[in-house]
Amino acid sequence: MKDLTNEILELIRRTSSSLPPDVEKRLRESIEKEAPGSTARGALETIVKNIELSRAKSTPICQDTGTPIFYVHYPLGWSTIKLKAQIRAAMEDATKKNYMRPNAVDAVYDNNTGNNLGGDDFPYIHFEEIESDDLVIELMLKGGGCENVSRQYSLPDNNVGAGRDLAGVRKVVLDAVQKAQGQGCAPGILGVAIGGDRGSSYIKSKEVMFSEMGTRNDDPKLAELEEQLTKESNEMGIGPMGFGGKTTVLDTKITGLSRLPASYFVSVSYTCWAYRRRKLTIKGEEVIYD
Amino acid sequence: MKKITTPISDEVIKDLKVGDGVELSGVMVTARDAAHKWMIETFIKKTRAPQGDDLEVYEKLKTLLNGSVIYHCGPVVSGLDTKDYKFLAAGPTTSIREEPYQADVMKHFNVKGVIGKGGMGAKTLKGCEETPAVYFHAIGGAASFLAQTVINVSDVFKLDFGTPEAMWVIEVKDFPVVVTMDSHGGSQHAVIDESSKKVLDELLAK
Repeated sequence: MKDLTNEILELIRRTSSSLPPDVEKRLRESIEKEAPGSTARGALETIVKNIELSRAKSTPICQDTGTPIFYVHYPLGWSTIKLKAQIRAAMEDATKKNYMRPNAVDAVYDNNTGNNLGGDDFPYIHFEEIESDDLVIELMLKGGGCENVSRQYSLPDNNVGAGRDLAGVRKVVLDAVQKAQGQGCAPGILGVAIGGDRGSSYIKSKEVMFSEMGTRNDDPKLAELEEQLTKESNEMGIGPMGFGGKTTVLDTKITGLSRLPASYFVSVSYTCWAYRRRKLTIKGEEVIYD
Repeated sequence: MKKITTPISDEVIKDLKVGDGVELSGVMVTARDAAHKWMIETFIKKTRAPQGDDLEVYEKLKTLLNGSVIYHCGPVVSGLDTKDYKFLAAGPTTSIREEPYQADVMKHFNVKGVIGKGGMGAKTLKGCEETPAVYFHAIGGAASFLAQTVINVSDVFKLDFGTPEAMWVIEVKDFPVVVTMDSHGGSQHAVIDESSKKVLDELLAK
Protein backbone atom coordinates (compact mmCIF):
# COMPACT_ATOMS: atom_id res chain seq x y z
CA MET A 1 0.00 0.00 0.00
CA LYS A 2 0.96 3.58 -0.70
CA ASP A 3 2.58 5.66 2.07
CA LEU A 4 0.23 8.60 2.65
CA THR A 5 2.22 10.57 5.25
CA ASN A 6 2.81 13.54 2.93
CA GLU A 7 -0.77 13.56 1.69
CA ILE A 8 -2.06 13.52 5.27
CA LEU A 9 0.34 16.34 6.15
CA GLU A 10 -1.19 18.36 3.31
CA LEU A 11 -4.67 17.49 4.59
CA ILE A 12 -3.70 18.86 8.02
CA ARG A 13 -2.26 22.04 6.49
CA ARG A 14 -5.43 22.64 4.50
CA THR A 15 -7.72 21.91 7.42
CA SER A 16 -5.88 24.24 9.78
CA SER A 17 -5.37 27.15 7.40
CA SER A 18 -8.19 27.07 4.83
CA LEU A 19 -11.79 27.19 6.02
CA PRO A 20 -14.18 25.11 3.85
CA PRO A 21 -16.04 27.20 1.25
CA ASP A 22 -19.54 26.32 2.54
CA VAL A 23 -18.66 27.69 6.00
CA GLU A 24 -17.00 30.79 4.60
CA LYS A 25 -20.07 31.47 2.43
CA ARG A 26 -22.39 31.36 5.46
CA LEU A 27 -20.14 33.73 7.37
CA ARG A 28 -20.01 36.20 4.49
CA GLU A 29 -23.79 36.09 4.10
CA SER A 30 -24.26 36.78 7.80
CA ILE A 31 -22.36 40.09 7.59
CA GLU A 32 -25.29 41.66 5.72
CA LYS A 33 -27.69 40.66 8.49
CA GLU A 34 -25.87 42.75 11.09
CA ALA A 35 -26.37 46.51 11.37
CA PRO A 36 -23.74 48.71 9.70
CA GLY A 37 -21.22 50.00 12.23
CA SER A 38 -22.27 47.46 14.88
CA THR A 39 -19.73 45.54 16.94
CA ALA A 40 -21.31 42.32 15.64
CA ARG A 41 -20.70 43.32 12.05
CA GLY A 42 -17.16 44.41 12.85
CA ALA A 43 -16.49 40.99 14.39
CA LEU A 44 -17.73 39.17 11.27
CA GLU A 45 -15.69 41.42 9.00
CA THR A 46 -12.56 40.65 11.02
CA ILE A 47 -13.39 36.94 10.86
CA VAL A 48 -13.60 37.07 7.06
CA LYS A 49 -10.31 39.01 6.83
CA ASN A 50 -8.71 36.36 9.01
CA ILE A 51 -10.01 33.55 6.80
CA GLU A 52 -8.43 35.16 3.73
CA LEU A 53 -5.14 35.85 5.49
CA SER A 54 -4.75 32.34 6.93
CA ARG A 55 -5.36 30.77 3.54
CA ALA A 56 -2.89 33.09 1.81
CA LYS A 57 -0.16 32.57 4.41
CA SER A 58 -0.79 28.91 5.34
CA THR A 59 -1.03 29.90 9.00
CA PRO A 60 -3.59 28.45 11.42
CA ILE A 61 -7.02 30.10 11.24
CA CYS A 62 -7.15 29.82 15.02
CA GLN A 63 -4.18 29.39 17.35
CA ASP A 64 -6.14 26.66 19.07
CA THR A 65 -5.67 24.05 16.38
CA GLY A 66 -8.02 21.85 18.34
CA THR A 67 -8.53 18.17 18.87
CA PRO A 68 -7.57 16.38 15.65
CA ILE A 69 -10.43 14.00 14.77
CA PHE A 70 -9.76 11.67 11.85
CA TYR A 71 -12.39 9.51 10.12
CA VAL A 72 -10.75 7.00 7.81
CA HIS A 73 -13.04 5.17 5.38
CA TYR A 74 -10.90 2.45 3.83
CA PRO A 75 -11.46 -0.28 1.23
CA LEU A 76 -10.42 -3.86 1.86
CA GLY A 77 -6.64 -4.27 1.63
CA TRP A 78 -5.45 -1.22 3.55
CA SER A 79 -3.69 -1.70 6.87
CA THR A 80 -5.15 0.38 9.67
CA ILE A 81 -1.97 -0.16 11.68
CA LYS A 82 0.10 1.45 8.93
CA LEU A 83 -2.44 4.22 8.32
CA LYS A 84 -2.44 5.08 12.01
CA ALA A 85 1.36 5.27 12.04
CA GLN A 86 1.26 7.55 8.98
CA ILE A 87 -1.36 9.82 10.56
CA ARG A 88 0.76 10.12 13.70
CA ALA A 89 3.93 10.84 11.68
CA ALA A 90 2.08 13.50 9.67
CA MET A 91 0.74 15.07 12.87
CA GLU A 92 4.23 15.34 14.33
CA ASP A 93 5.52 16.92 11.14
CA ALA A 94 2.56 19.33 10.95
CA THR A 95 3.42 20.51 14.47
CA LYS A 96 7.06 21.13 13.49
CA LYS A 97 5.84 23.13 10.50
CA ASN A 98 3.52 25.18 12.77
CA TYR A 99 0.34 24.09 11.00
CA MET A 100 -0.60 22.75 14.42
CA ARG A 101 0.04 24.13 17.92
CA PRO A 102 1.44 21.57 20.37
CA ASN A 103 -1.91 20.68 21.93
CA ALA A 104 -1.58 17.32 23.70
CA VAL A 105 -1.22 17.83 27.45
CA ASP A 106 -0.90 14.89 29.81
CA ALA A 107 -3.90 15.32 32.10
CA VAL A 108 -2.24 13.66 35.09
CA TYR A 109 1.28 15.12 34.93
CA ASP A 110 0.39 18.34 33.07
CA ASN A 111 3.24 18.23 30.58
CA ASN A 112 2.71 19.15 26.94
CA THR A 113 4.21 16.46 24.69
CA GLY A 114 5.18 19.17 22.21
CA ASN A 115 4.31 17.14 19.11
CA ASN A 116 0.54 16.61 19.26
CA LEU A 117 1.00 12.94 20.02
CA GLY A 118 -0.63 11.89 23.24
CA GLY A 119 -1.60 8.38 24.14
CA ASP A 120 -3.47 6.11 21.79
CA ASP A 121 -6.41 8.55 21.74
CA PHE A 122 -4.60 11.69 20.55
CA PRO A 123 -5.04 12.27 17.67
CA TYR A 124 -8.44 10.59 17.70
CA ILE A 125 -8.83 8.19 14.75
CA HIS A 126 -11.94 6.30 13.69
CA PHE A 127 -11.52 3.55 11.09
CA GLU A 128 -14.41 2.25 9.02
CA GLU A 129 -14.05 -0.36 6.27
CA ILE A 130 -16.21 0.52 3.27
CA GLU A 131 -17.33 -1.19 0.08
CA SER A 132 -15.56 1.14 -2.32
CA ASP A 133 -12.28 1.32 -4.21
CA ASP A 134 -11.48 4.77 -2.83
CA LEU A 135 -9.85 5.62 0.46
CA VAL A 136 -11.31 8.71 2.13
CA ILE A 137 -9.73 10.47 5.11
CA GLU A 138 -11.74 13.21 6.78
CA LEU A 139 -10.23 15.52 9.37
CA MET A 140 -11.96 17.85 11.80
CA LEU A 141 -10.00 20.19 14.06
CA LYS A 142 -12.34 20.81 16.96
CA GLY A 143 -11.51 23.85 19.10
CA GLY A 144 -11.31 23.62 22.88
CA GLY A 145 -13.30 26.75 23.73
CA CYS A 146 -16.37 25.47 21.91
CA GLU A 147 -15.85 21.95 23.24
CA ASN A 148 -16.03 23.41 26.75
CA VAL A 149 -19.53 24.80 26.10
CA SER A 150 -20.84 21.56 24.57
CA ARG A 151 -23.41 19.88 26.80
CA GLN A 152 -25.14 16.60 27.41
CA TYR A 153 -28.64 16.31 28.87
CA SER A 154 -30.41 13.32 30.31
CA LEU A 155 -34.14 13.63 29.67
CA PRO A 156 -36.45 14.34 31.37
CA ASP A 157 -34.73 17.54 32.44
CA ASN A 158 -36.74 19.38 35.04
CA ASN A 159 -34.64 22.56 34.93
CA VAL A 160 -35.86 23.38 31.44
CA GLY A 161 -39.07 21.33 31.54
CA ALA A 162 -37.90 18.96 28.82
CA GLY A 163 -39.69 15.64 28.39
CA ARG A 164 -38.60 12.57 26.42
CA ASP A 165 -39.65 13.69 22.96
CA LEU A 166 -38.55 16.04 20.19
CA ALA A 167 -40.21 18.96 21.97
CA GLY A 168 -37.90 18.20 24.92
CA VAL A 169 -34.91 17.96 22.58
CA ARG A 170 -35.72 21.42 21.25
CA LYS A 171 -35.80 22.85 24.76
CA VAL A 172 -32.44 21.49 25.91
CA VAL A 173 -30.66 22.51 22.70
CA LEU A 174 -31.92 26.08 23.09
CA ASP A 175 -30.80 25.99 26.72
CA ALA A 176 -27.31 24.90 25.62
CA VAL A 177 -27.09 27.80 23.15
CA GLN A 178 -28.14 30.33 25.79
CA LYS A 179 -25.66 28.95 28.32
CA ALA A 180 -22.83 29.01 25.75
CA GLN A 181 -23.30 32.76 25.16
CA GLY A 182 -20.32 33.89 23.06
CA GLN A 183 -17.84 31.61 24.77
CA GLY A 184 -17.79 28.99 22.06
CA CYS A 185 -16.77 31.67 19.53
CA ALA A 186 -20.19 32.35 18.08
CA PRO A 187 -21.54 32.18 15.45
CA GLY A 188 -21.43 28.45 16.05
CA ILE A 189 -22.65 25.28 14.41
CA LEU A 190 -24.64 22.73 16.43
CA GLY A 191 -24.20 18.99 16.16
CA VAL A 192 -26.96 17.20 18.06
CA ALA A 193 -27.29 13.48 18.79
CA ILE A 194 -30.48 12.09 20.29
CA GLY A 195 -30.15 8.75 22.07
CA GLY A 196 -27.19 6.41 22.42
CA ASP A 197 -25.21 6.00 25.60
CA ARG A 198 -23.24 8.96 26.95
CA GLY A 199 -20.17 8.05 24.91
CA SER A 200 -21.72 7.17 21.55
CA SER A 201 -24.06 10.13 21.81
CA TYR A 202 -21.20 12.63 22.05
CA ILE A 203 -19.26 10.90 19.27
CA LYS A 204 -22.22 10.98 16.90
CA SER A 205 -22.94 14.62 17.72
CA LYS A 206 -19.52 15.42 16.25
CA GLU A 207 -19.72 12.96 13.37
CA VAL A 208 -22.93 14.58 12.11
CA MET A 209 -21.01 17.81 11.58
CA PHE A 210 -18.91 16.36 8.77
CA SER A 211 -21.87 16.90 6.41
CA GLU A 212 -22.11 20.05 4.34
CA MET A 213 -23.74 23.23 5.63
CA GLY A 214 -27.38 23.54 4.67
CA THR A 215 -27.95 19.85 3.96
CA ARG A 216 -30.85 18.49 5.98
CA ASN A 217 -31.55 15.20 7.69
CA ASP A 218 -33.50 12.77 5.46
CA ASP A 219 -36.14 12.45 8.16
CA PRO A 220 -38.56 15.36 7.63
CA LYS A 221 -39.23 15.66 11.37
CA LEU A 222 -35.55 16.09 12.15
CA ALA A 223 -35.02 18.34 9.12
CA GLU A 224 -37.74 20.65 10.42
CA LEU A 225 -36.23 20.67 13.91
CA GLU A 226 -32.80 21.51 12.49
CA GLU A 227 -34.19 24.61 10.80
CA GLN A 228 -36.30 25.59 13.77
CA LEU A 229 -33.34 25.36 16.17
CA THR A 230 -31.14 27.55 13.98
CA LYS A 231 -33.91 30.14 13.69
CA GLU A 232 -34.84 30.18 17.37
CA SER A 233 -31.18 30.22 18.50
CA ASN A 234 -30.72 33.37 16.47
CA GLU A 235 -33.78 34.97 18.08
CA MET A 236 -31.90 35.01 21.39
CA GLY A 237 -29.72 37.86 20.15
CA ILE A 238 -26.41 36.57 21.50
CA GLY A 239 -24.61 37.43 18.28
CA PRO A 240 -21.03 37.03 17.06
CA MET A 241 -18.65 36.66 20.03
CA GLY A 242 -21.63 37.27 22.34
CA PHE A 243 -21.54 40.98 21.46
CA GLY A 244 -25.27 40.93 20.72
CA GLY A 245 -26.62 40.59 17.19
CA LYS A 246 -28.61 38.43 14.81
CA THR A 247 -26.04 35.75 13.99
CA THR A 248 -25.57 33.24 16.81
CA VAL A 249 -25.87 29.87 15.07
CA LEU A 250 -25.06 29.24 11.40
CA ASP A 251 -26.57 25.76 11.09
CA THR A 252 -27.86 22.80 13.10
CA LYS A 253 -27.28 19.11 12.36
CA ILE A 254 -29.22 16.40 14.14
CA THR A 255 -28.87 12.63 14.17
CA GLY A 256 -31.09 10.07 15.88
CA LEU A 257 -29.60 6.95 17.51
CA SER A 258 -30.93 3.91 19.30
CA ARG A 259 -31.24 4.26 23.06
CA LEU A 260 -31.95 2.01 26.01
CA PRO A 261 -35.51 2.12 27.36
CA ALA A 262 -34.02 3.68 30.52
CA SER A 263 -31.97 6.41 28.85
CA TYR A 264 -32.71 9.45 26.71
CA PHE A 265 -29.55 11.47 26.13
CA VAL A 266 -29.29 14.60 24.06
CA SER A 267 -25.73 15.65 23.25
CA VAL A 268 -25.08 19.11 21.89
CA SER A 269 -21.65 19.60 20.33
CA TYR A 270 -20.99 23.26 19.76
CA THR A 271 -18.46 24.16 17.09
CA CYS A 272 -16.97 27.61 16.75
CA TRP A 273 -17.21 29.58 13.50
CA ALA A 274 -13.72 28.22 12.70
CA TYR A 275 -15.39 25.00 11.64
CA ARG A 276 -12.34 23.25 10.22
CA ARG A 277 -13.04 20.05 8.36
CA ARG A 278 -11.42 18.79 5.17
CA LYS A 279 -11.29 15.64 3.12
CA LEU A 280 -8.62 13.65 1.26
CA THR A 281 -9.58 11.01 -1.31
CA ILE A 282 -7.21 8.45 -2.80
CA LYS A 283 -8.67 7.18 -6.08
CA GLY A 284 -6.15 4.74 -7.50
CA GLU A 285 -3.09 6.88 -8.26
CA GLU A 286 -5.07 10.08 -7.99
CA VAL A 287 -4.97 12.26 -4.83
CA ILE A 288 -7.94 14.58 -4.42
CA TYR A 289 -8.34 17.30 -1.77
CA ASP A 290 -11.76 18.91 -1.34
CA MET B 1 -11.68 54.07 17.45
CA LYS B 2 -9.50 55.14 20.40
CA LYS B 3 -5.77 54.53 20.31
CA ILE B 4 -4.16 53.56 23.61
CA THR B 5 -0.55 52.67 24.37
CA THR B 6 0.74 50.78 27.42
CA PRO B 7 1.54 51.69 30.16
CA ILE B 8 -2.00 52.99 30.68
CA SER B 9 -3.01 55.54 33.33
CA ASP B 10 -6.02 55.22 35.63
CA GLU B 11 -7.56 58.30 33.97
CA VAL B 12 -7.49 56.66 30.55
CA ILE B 13 -9.04 53.49 31.99
CA LYS B 14 -11.81 55.37 33.79
CA ASP B 15 -12.64 57.14 30.57
CA LEU B 16 -13.39 53.83 28.79
CA LYS B 17 -16.97 52.58 28.57
CA VAL B 18 -18.61 49.36 27.40
CA GLY B 19 -18.84 49.40 23.61
CA ASP B 20 -15.71 51.49 22.98
CA GLY B 21 -13.51 50.22 20.15
CA VAL B 22 -9.80 50.51 20.96
CA GLU B 23 -6.54 49.92 19.12
CA LEU B 24 -3.91 48.90 21.65
CA SER B 25 -0.18 49.36 21.20
CA GLY B 26 2.85 48.72 23.39
CA VAL B 27 4.23 45.94 25.55
CA MET B 28 1.97 43.30 27.11
CA VAL B 29 2.31 39.78 28.48
CA THR B 30 0.37 36.62 27.60
CA ALA B 31 -0.91 34.52 30.48
CA ARG B 32 -3.51 31.80 30.61
CA ASP B 33 -4.48 28.90 32.86
CA ALA B 34 -1.12 27.59 34.12
CA ALA B 35 0.35 31.09 34.48
CA HIS B 36 -2.59 32.42 36.50
CA LYS B 37 -2.58 29.43 38.81
CA TRP B 38 1.20 29.81 39.26
CA MET B 39 1.02 33.56 40.00
CA ILE B 40 -1.76 33.10 42.56
CA GLU B 41 -0.20 30.14 44.37
CA THR B 42 3.40 31.37 44.36
CA PHE B 43 3.17 35.15 44.84
CA ILE B 44 -0.31 36.14 45.93
CA LYS B 45 -1.70 33.40 48.20
CA LYS B 46 1.79 31.94 48.74
CA THR B 47 0.56 28.38 49.18
CA ARG B 48 3.47 27.13 47.10
CA ALA B 49 7.15 27.91 47.70
CA PRO B 50 8.98 29.67 44.85
CA GLN B 51 11.12 27.29 42.81
CA GLY B 52 13.73 27.58 40.07
CA ASP B 53 13.61 31.01 38.44
CA ASP B 54 10.24 31.93 40.01
CA LEU B 55 11.48 34.92 42.02
CA GLU B 56 13.55 36.27 39.16
CA VAL B 57 10.54 36.11 36.83
CA TYR B 58 8.36 37.70 39.52
CA GLU B 59 10.61 40.76 39.69
CA LYS B 60 10.44 41.17 35.92
CA LEU B 61 6.67 40.69 35.89
CA LYS B 62 6.16 43.35 38.55
CA THR B 63 7.74 45.91 36.22
CA LEU B 64 6.25 44.59 33.00
CA LEU B 65 2.67 44.26 34.24
CA ASN B 66 2.49 47.54 36.14
CA GLY B 67 0.10 49.66 34.05
CA SER B 68 0.11 47.09 31.30
CA VAL B 69 -2.18 44.40 29.93
CA ILE B 70 -2.49 40.62 30.25
CA TYR B 71 -3.46 38.78 27.08
CA HIS B 72 -5.30 35.45 27.44
CA CYS B 73 -3.60 33.74 24.55
CA GLY B 74 -1.84 30.49 23.74
CA PRO B 75 -0.07 31.34 20.49
CA VAL B 76 1.44 29.32 17.66
CA VAL B 77 5.08 30.45 17.66
CA SER B 78 7.86 29.83 15.16
CA GLY B 79 11.58 29.94 15.97
CA LEU B 80 11.43 27.75 19.07
CA ASP B 81 14.76 26.14 18.12
CA THR B 82 16.60 29.39 17.24
CA LYS B 83 14.87 31.58 19.89
CA ASP B 84 14.09 34.00 17.08
CA TYR B 85 10.43 33.93 18.07
CA LYS B 86 7.59 35.03 15.85
CA PHE B 87 3.83 34.79 16.49
CA LEU B 88 2.07 33.04 13.59
CA ALA B 89 -1.37 32.65 15.11
CA ALA B 90 -2.42 34.46 18.25
CA GLY B 91 -6.11 34.96 18.94
CA PRO B 92 -7.68 35.13 22.41
CA THR B 93 -8.62 32.10 24.48
CA THR B 94 -11.77 31.83 26.64
CA SER B 95 -11.29 34.10 29.63
CA ILE B 96 -13.85 32.76 32.07
CA ARG B 97 -11.45 30.01 33.15
CA GLU B 98 -9.35 32.72 34.87
CA GLU B 99 -12.36 34.01 36.83
CA PRO B 100 -11.13 32.59 40.16
CA TYR B 101 -7.75 34.34 39.76
CA GLN B 102 -8.15 37.43 37.61
CA ALA B 103 -9.24 40.10 40.08
CA ASP B 104 -6.43 39.25 42.53
CA VAL B 105 -3.82 39.20 39.76
CA MET B 106 -5.01 42.57 38.41
CA LYS B 107 -4.86 44.19 41.84
CA HIS B 108 -1.52 42.62 42.83
CA PHE B 109 0.35 43.71 39.70
CA ASN B 110 -1.71 46.87 38.92
CA VAL B 111 -2.76 45.42 35.57
CA LYS B 112 -4.90 47.92 33.67
CA GLY B 113 -6.65 45.50 31.37
CA VAL B 114 -7.04 41.93 30.26
CA ILE B 115 -7.63 40.89 26.67
CA GLY B 116 -9.58 37.73 26.02
CA LYS B 117 -12.82 36.41 24.65
CA GLY B 118 -16.21 35.45 26.02
CA GLY B 119 -16.07 37.92 28.91
CA MET B 120 -15.73 37.33 32.63
CA GLY B 121 -17.91 37.24 35.72
CA ALA B 122 -18.90 39.29 38.75
CA LYS B 123 -15.63 38.81 40.67
CA THR B 124 -13.53 40.18 37.80
CA LEU B 125 -16.02 43.00 37.21
CA LYS B 126 -15.58 44.06 40.82
CA GLY B 127 -11.81 43.77 40.33
CA CYS B 128 -12.13 46.12 37.34
CA GLU B 129 -13.79 48.72 39.58
CA GLU B 130 -11.26 48.38 42.37
CA THR B 131 -8.00 48.30 40.35
CA PRO B 132 -9.25 50.16 38.11
CA ALA B 133 -9.04 48.10 34.93
CA VAL B 134 -11.14 47.02 31.95
CA TYR B 135 -11.82 43.86 29.96
CA PHE B 136 -10.90 44.13 26.31
CA HIS B 137 -12.67 41.66 24.01
CA ALA B 138 -10.70 40.50 20.96
CA ILE B 139 -12.19 38.53 18.07
CA GLY B 140 -11.99 34.84 18.92
CA GLY B 141 -10.45 32.70 16.21
CA ALA B 142 -9.00 35.64 14.28
CA ALA B 143 -5.55 34.26 14.97
CA SER B 144 -3.60 34.99 11.78
CA PHE B 145 -5.08 38.48 11.64
CA LEU B 146 -4.22 39.32 15.25
CA ALA B 147 -0.72 37.80 14.98
CA GLN B 148 0.05 40.49 12.39
CA THR B 149 -0.31 43.16 15.06
CA VAL B 150 2.39 41.49 17.17
CA ILE B 151 5.48 43.31 15.95
CA ASN B 152 7.99 41.91 18.41
CA VAL B 153 8.37 38.97 20.79
CA SER B 154 10.97 40.20 23.26
CA ASP B 155 11.02 37.50 25.93
CA VAL B 156 9.36 34.37 27.24
CA PHE B 157 8.94 33.09 30.79
CA LYS B 158 7.90 29.65 31.98
CA LEU B 159 8.36 27.93 28.65
CA ASP B 160 8.32 24.67 30.62
CA PHE B 161 4.52 25.19 30.89
CA GLY B 162 4.45 24.44 27.12
CA THR B 163 4.23 26.90 24.21
CA PRO B 164 0.53 27.77 24.69
CA GLU B 165 0.81 28.23 28.46
CA ALA B 166 4.12 30.12 28.60
CA MET B 167 4.18 33.86 29.36
CA TRP B 168 5.24 35.66 26.22
CA VAL B 169 6.35 39.29 26.39
CA ILE B 170 5.17 40.93 23.21
CA GLU B 171 4.92 44.34 21.62
CA VAL B 172 1.78 45.02 19.61
CA LYS B 173 0.75 47.78 17.23
CA ASP B 174 -2.92 48.69 16.76
CA PHE B 175 -4.30 45.49 18.25
CA PRO B 176 -8.11 45.81 17.78
CA VAL B 177 -10.38 45.20 20.79
CA VAL B 178 -13.77 46.23 22.15
CA VAL B 179 -14.33 47.18 25.79
CA THR B 180 -17.02 44.79 27.07
CA MET B 181 -16.45 45.29 30.82
CA ASP B 182 -15.51 48.72 32.18
CA SER B 183 -14.30 50.12 35.50
CA HIS B 184 -17.76 51.49 36.35
CA GLY B 185 -19.55 48.15 36.73
CA GLY B 186 -20.72 47.94 33.12
CA SER B 187 -20.67 44.52 31.45
CA GLN B 188 -21.95 43.77 27.99
CA HIS B 189 -21.82 40.07 28.91
CA ALA B 190 -24.21 40.49 31.84
CA VAL B 191 -26.59 42.48 29.61
CA ILE B 192 -26.62 39.89 26.80
CA ASP B 193 -26.88 37.00 29.25
CA GLU B 194 -29.98 38.56 30.78
CA SER B 195 -31.68 39.55 27.53
CA SER B 196 -31.04 36.16 25.90
CA LYS B 197 -32.34 34.38 29.02
CA LYS B 198 -35.57 36.34 28.71
CA VAL B 199 -36.01 35.21 25.09
CA LEU B 200 -35.12 31.64 26.07
CA ASP B 201 -37.79 31.63 28.77
CA GLU B 202 -40.35 32.79 26.21
CA LEU B 203 -39.27 30.08 23.76
CA LEU B 204 -39.40 27.40 26.45
CA ALA B 205 -42.91 28.46 27.42
CA LYS B 206 -44.14 27.79 23.86
